[in-house]
Amino acid sequence: MPDALLETKGLHRFFGGLHAVNDVSITVPRGTIKGVIGPNGAGKTTLFNLIAGTIQPHNGEVFFRDKKITALKPHAVASRGIARTFQTTKLFSHMTVLENVMMGRHSRTRCGFISGMLNLPCTWREDKQTTEIALSILKDLGLTEYASETACNLPFGRQRLVEFARALAMEPQLLLLDEPAAGLNIYETKELAKLILWIRDRGVTCLVVEHDMSLVMAICDDVVVLDQGRKITEGPPRTVQRNPEVIRIYLGDSDA
Amino acid sequence: MTHFRRYIPIIAVAVGVIILQVVLSGTRSTYYMTQLTMSAYYALVVIGLCLLMGYAGQVSLGHAGFFAIGGYTVAVLTTFNLIVYRDTPLISLCRSLGLVVQRQDIYGADILAFSPWPAFVVAILLTIVIAFMIGLPVIRLKGHYMAMATLGFGLIIYRIVLGGSIFGQADGTSNVPPFRIIDGLEVNGRTAFRIESYYIAWFVVLAAMTLAINLVHSRVGRALRSIHENEEAAHSLGVNTYRYKLLVFVVSAIFAAVGGILLTHYNGSIGPSEVTVMKSVRYLVIVAVGGMANLWGALFMGVLLNFLSLRGVFGSYDDAVFAIILIAIMLFSPQGLLRLPRFRKVTSLPGRANA
Repeated sequence: MPDALLETKGLHRFFGGLHAVNDVSITVPRGTIKGVIGPNGAGKTTLFNLIAGTIQPHNGEVFFRDKKITALKPHAVASRGIARTFQTTKLFSHMTVLENVMMGRHSRTRCGFISGMLNLPCTWREDKQTTEIALSILKDLGLTEYASETACNLPFGRQRLVEFARALAMEPQLLLLDEPAAGLNIYETKELAKLILWIRDRGVTCLVVEHDMSLVMAICDDVVVLDQGRKITEGPPRTVQRNPEVIRIYLGDSDA
Repeated sequence: MTHFRRYIPIIAVAVGVIILQVVLSGTRSTYYMTQLTMSAYYALVVIGLCLLMGYAGQVSLGHAGFFAIGGYTVAVLTTFNLIVYRDTPLISLCRSLGLVVQRQDIYGADILAFSPWPAFVVAILLTIVIAFMIGLPVIRLKGHYMAMATLGFGLIIYRIVLGGSIFGQADGTSNVPPFRIIDGLEVNGRTAFRIESYYIAWFVVLAAMTLAINLVHSRVGRALRSIHENEEAAHSLGVNTYRYKLLVFVVSAIFAAVGGILLTHYNGSIGPSEVTVMKSVRYLVIVAVGGMANLWGALFMGVLLNFLSLRGVFGSYDDAVFAIILIAIMLFSPQGLLRLPRFRKVTSLPGRANA
């Protein structure tokens, strides 16, 4: 087994009578891009939320860097080095783009209420550094010109990029991307693929939930297929694509 | 340092305060200063509530309760006569430490009671403890639910002071001594101390504004605004949303309590009318009119509306006026009246200022 950054073991989650995630065990090796695919309602986002701590599993465990992170609150998961983006972009819409990205530094900075209120020198230093890092990330993603724009004024595709920038500002080891291509056109999706590969090359491991098969095929080293909460198969994209079970799930039964 | 920019309005207001005093003294209309002093203390509550409501997005309809906890604590401690306990070891010790002092009331009777400084410290500590106790459960609630719960808290405090004989029931507590901060500087409602008290009040308000402005421009301020904007996203970035909401609740309670403490010393009394639900609603209205996440708007409206109210401009329709303002704001300008883009730039967009 290669060096596993994230590992889930037998995760279960119910919503009332619905078994949304049913005994899902996955391993995400360090430095790879792993895809999670499956039809609507397969439990992909639920799996994500279980990892990120947004909801708690009813059974099973999550390990990150060999330490148990099950049942931690989202902020604690974040401070251990897991960043995420959301299916529907969740920016702080009335804050500037720069402030949004600066928020990504929250878990990496420390100044609290008292030093903030008294505006102590440590807050200047920290804020200066936060601003510099945020600006350099904006530059990397080609967003410099939007830095002082209010986030909600940006076009949709740019807003998603800002969400990426915000997540990268956390300097995460693992980045959870929840349907990053949703709502993007073909051209934007191609750009996105390049961006995710670039992020991976910077040493950030990625776990991607995605509908868009072309994106998954282009970037993922490995793919997990979920259907009705269950893991159907796992493997390199080309192999998974030919799996009869996967074809059945996506295209329906041939005799139907 | 670009930080200097954020202090310019504070200096401007300080200059305005001085000019106003000179003009009022020159025109022999210093009586306005009494209401300006009182308005300043009410504005303190509004500044705290603005942090909580405008920035962190948490509604409180119980801030008159915190004002009262501050005010009533010092009122009781500085007036409750300990003369019969004069010879107990504890009181003797407090007396030798100067925490308890003897004075005469207006009828010449001896009163042995706590002096204002220890009373101040106790009142602040009590406020912090109560704010934590109330905040721990209430902060988990969202939106209207939190408003309801804090409303309930305000009602409880109101009934306690109205029913408790130690608080003077419907009459409130009077004969509260002036607060000598240091020798030669006291919060005192008598005419001779009018100008002095006016400056103390405005110094405190501008100090509170400085703290509040620094806070909203800081890492914590950004985090508070991010909670307001999208709590789930803030949480995913590592913001301990519960802790931040709780702490800003406590901070805003302290602001309210300081207002209550100093106004009680200034007036020499406090009564249940300070704790009514309409008082809490009034603070909320002022934050809304001021533009929610707009500290300067809150300060301006806090002073203006309280001043007009104290001058009796609204007559017996006082509370009705505030209620009408609330309805009008919600209907026509939910973002608040003072939401001018130019105005906001200075107050609530630190990203630009620091860049």
